[in-house]
Amino acid sequence: MSSAPLVGVLALQGGFEAHEKVLRRLGADTRQVRVPADLEGLQALVIPGGESTVMTLGIEREGLGEPLRAFAAGGRPVLGTCAGMIMLDRLHLGVLDVLAQRNAFGRQVRSFEADFEVEGVAGGPVHAIFIRAPWIAEHGPGVQVLAEVDGHPVAVRQRNLLALSFHPELTGEDRLHRFFLRMLD
Amino acid sequence: MSSNGHTPRDEATFTVKAGLAEMLKGGVIMDVVTPEEAKIAEDAGAAAVMALERVPADIRRDGGVARMSDPEMIRGIQEAVTIPVMAKARIGHFAEAQVLEALEVDYIDESEVLTPADEINHIDKWAFKVPFVCGATNLGEALRRIGEGAAMIRSKGEAGTGDIVNAVTHLRKLRTEIRWLTTLGEEELPAAAKQLQSPLPLVRQVAAAGKLPVVLFCAGGIATPADASLVMQLGAEGVFVGSGIFKSEDPARRARAIVEATTHYADPARVAAASTGLGRAMESIETSKLDAEHQLATRGW
Repeated sequence: MSSAPLVGVLALQGGFEAHEKVLRRLGADTRQVRVPADLEGLQALVIPGGESTVMTLGIEREGLGEPLRAFAAGGRPVLGTCAGMIMLDRLHLGVLDVLAQRNAFGRQVRSFEADFEVEGVAGGPVHAIFIRAPWIAEHGPGVQVLAEVDGHPVAVRQRNLLALSFHPELTGEDRLHRFFLRMLD
Repeated sequence: MSSNGHTPRDEATFTVKAGLAEMLKGGVIMDVVTPEEAKIAEDAGAAAVMALERVPADIRRDGGVARMSDPEMIRGIQEAVTIPVMAKARIGHFAEAQVLEALEVDYIDESEVLTPADEINHIDKWAFKVPFVCGATNLGEALRRIGEGAAMIRSKGEAGTGDIVNAVTHLRKLRTEIRWLTTLGEEELPAAAKQLQSPLPLVRQVAAAGKLPVVLFCAGGIATPADASLVMQLGAEGVFVGSGIFKSEDPARRARAIVEATTHYADPARVAAASTGLGRAMESIETSKLDAEHQLATRGW
């Protein structure tokens, strides 16, 4: 990275501050996005975890649907974690060619931490935390699966879009955010 | 991957428990007493619902012992919505908490709104896979609850009144005491822990970070979008609304408005827009007019 990139974090509801902390630690500038005007001038965008129903309603209320689709279509990197993965899928913003299954691992008592390899992330297994997490139930041919849990994709990439079922922003693990920021190059 | 095809994992760690609260941040958690209300709350943008038998305003009016809800009602609400479902257990009533865990609720609120079951001990929350949220009126109380395993804290306020004054008092108290800790030297922290009657490791953590080690929501008395904005500006990371929604004239509309004001709490024009034309708020009680025995916030310690 030559100068600090400006990365937006959708801040309608959910774990947006934790993403901002990691991104700033890695040298990026961040901006909270609540209305379409907040997207202007961003080089990348994170859609954090939270409740997908709340985010869906918020995106509709704020008129963010079209601007977010245009942002993703413009080729700038977008990272969706957990509910953010759901927001990107066919049934929501419709930019990522996957069908995410909500709460796929079960209710909160089934939420968990696990370690596994993610393709493209060097340095050993990634420590991941899954909270009422989704998995990818279906995906199109343009989608590259980077990691699976129980035989279901939990990390995928399609060109400029990166989607994770888990929360790298909560574990002190910054390799996935580094991976995301490298997509700017 | 292990031989049975399942990735090895650790379930219900404290990180996972506190992590769900992280995902609720910036959201509104709404009290509901029926599956229909739960659906209205979800459609209005609730981040979670709190399933209970009577909202605090009715508990206050009816009197008598307030207990955990009927499991049938909780199941009905779990089937009606996809957002997290929380439920309340009485302070110290670990058997009610065990029942709620067996029902797989997503969060248990060990709540002063219900009648306390133990006058000395709170529930040992480390013994559960389900995370707990607990009320607090000051920093010492918050840290004692976290020491017992709570993964989320809410300021208590005074439930069922529609009066925000106690919520403000409790949030300000928490803030002031946290700021105070950050000004102390390392050698002064053991005495501070003694004064706060809190575990020293947690006191050290707060002194270093300048914030609670878990997510802090505000509860008790929020009735309007401006109330939500107020407490968010005072440092709450999200809000619980009890009687304020379903005891108002137009619950769905007020629920949407409070959600909007919680997201845009720092933008007065948006809070103004959200506050417009909501109809009547809940019937309210001035907290200062309540006798001591009707004050719920003093339950727990």
